[in-house]
Amino acid sequence: MSTLEILKAREAEVVEEFEFFDEWMDRYEHLIAQGKTLPAASESIKTDDNLIRGCQSKVWITAEKREGLVYFTADSDAIITRGLVALLLRVCNGLAPEVLAQADFGFLQEIGLTEHLSPTRANGLQSMMKQIRLYGVAFQAVN
Amino acid sequence: MIDAAALRTEFPILHQQVHGKPLVYLDNAATTQKPRAVIAAVVDYYERINSNVHRGVHTLSQRATDAFEATRGKLQRLVNAAHEHEIIYTTGTTGSINLVAHGFRSLLGPGDEILVSQLEHHSNLVPWQMLAQHTGATLRYIPILPDGSLDLDEAQRLLNPRTKLLAFNHISNALGTVNPVKQLTEWGHAVGACVVVDGAQGLPHRPVDVQELGVDFYAGSAHKMYGPTGIGMLYGRTEWLEKLPPYQGGGEMISTVTMAQSTYAGLPFKFEAGTPNIEAVVGWGAALDWMNAIGMDALMAHEADLMAYGTERLRAIDGLVLFGTAPEKSAVLSFGFEDLHPYDLGTLLDQQGIAVRTGQHCAQPIMDYYRIPGTVRASFAAYSSREDVDRLGDGVERALRMLR
Repeated sequence: MSTLEILKAREAEVVEEFEFFDEWMDRYEHLIAQGKTLPAASESIKTDDNLIRGCQSKVWITAEKREGLVYFTADSDAIITRGLVALLLRVCNGLAPEVLAQADFGFLQEIGLTEHLSPTRANGLQSMMKQIRLYGVAFQAVN
Repeated sequence: MIDAAALRTEFPILHQQVHGKPLVYLDNAATTQKPRAVIAAVVDYYERINSNVHRGVHTLSQRATDAFEATRGKLQRLVNAAHEHEIIYTTGTTGSINLVAHGFRSLLGPGDEILVSQLEHHSNLVPWQMLAQHTGATLRYIPILPDGSLDLDEAQRLLNPRTKLLAFNHISNALGTVNPVKQLTEWGHAVGACVVVDGAQGLPHRPVDVQELGVDFYAGSAHKMYGPTGIGMLYGRTEWLEKLPPYQGGGEMISTVTMAQSTYAGLPFKFEAGTPNIEAVVGWGAALDWMNAIGMDALMAHEADLMAYGTERLRAIDGLVLFGTAPEKSAVLSFGFEDLHPYDLGTLLDQQGIAVRTGQHCAQPIMDYYRIPGTVRASFAAYSSREDVDRLGDGVERALRMLR
């Protein structure tokens, strides 16, 4: 499987998971559960450089490239936001930079998350997606 | 005593579902909802009266001017100003404070001091920072105590003959603390300072008598007291209003204009350049009548009941920390949990149809004091009820079960 196919397969898996829940409260519960499974990042990544602007809660994200693939480390001080971070990482970790640079994260729209979130949180989510794409672009440049 | 259920029938907006649940609106410190009487007054203004004020001799203009000025009279009586011209229409509390701060640009210089409290909304803080920056004056802060009241001993120590301005709020929007306006004003005047009070939360929740309090300026917003957005007032004592230069230039605020120079209109028009927000002024008049019909005593008794009931309900929740526990508080319950971000709580409350404010409430220095990212704030109005408090308490508990 190419990493693009992996991305699509992972996205489909997340969509299926969320579609299982009819109630939004249950979807939030699932999102929170995702947040709780995200390992706490070390304090050393929580720098202003790694901070994503545009969130009411704080989100830090950093990435490294190993054997041609990109791995993210991220964290947030709010649990629901951690859930969003966990979802994104679950879908994006270990993919090729060129796939990340093009990722449209359409699955979030399919779940209805982008429209259901409050505007500030939706902005934050947009900033996170943008940051992931930027890492993809940056790692494409440094072969 | 107020019958909240009966009052609610006058507020169309309250009768709707949010995320499939009946709306519980507890963000009244941000803005209150509007009764039908206010909405009807605005509609009536456009259907029957609309015309520019103070200009035409024609009938509609006269009607518009009468309605516009009638509200000024109501505001004068509301705050017991000595003269009607001491009530200036502004865009809101923020606009009012900026008007004063701008006026003081020519009255302050290096060595002068501005004393502001740490309890302030950014609207009663940033304009003073800008004024200090512009004039070279020094900005000092009255610190707060753990219960969210002002450190009055420190306030007295900080006041000195160099203090030219003393600014603080009547009631804190973030914590609900009611400040001793009269006491602080006396201390301010004893050193010759001009006293400016942010009354955005004061006007809707307490009787205000500017002559009895002795304040020099008192600012308020219509939308926090059942009136329209985009309109507010500045009460200013005549001698101060005469001393301050005009804020903005334009029509309405002038007496004569030649190519060389202009002379300014008298009070209050000197500070009211341009066509004002007439519909909002008219709507505000209706809101004032509406509040008057209920009466401040009944409003305060209702609020006290909700505060007691709400404080008890929230305190029963495991781990809940209440921010702001000053002896005299008004209409605000600000809270959080040590291990939880207020944003998570706010999101899950919203999912249950409960509208609260989360975050710093435009009062970052207070959050810095408590070293927290923000709080969840529930705030009450006349139509708030014990059922709202129950829904809030249950909603918080449900959110906790999900988050922990």
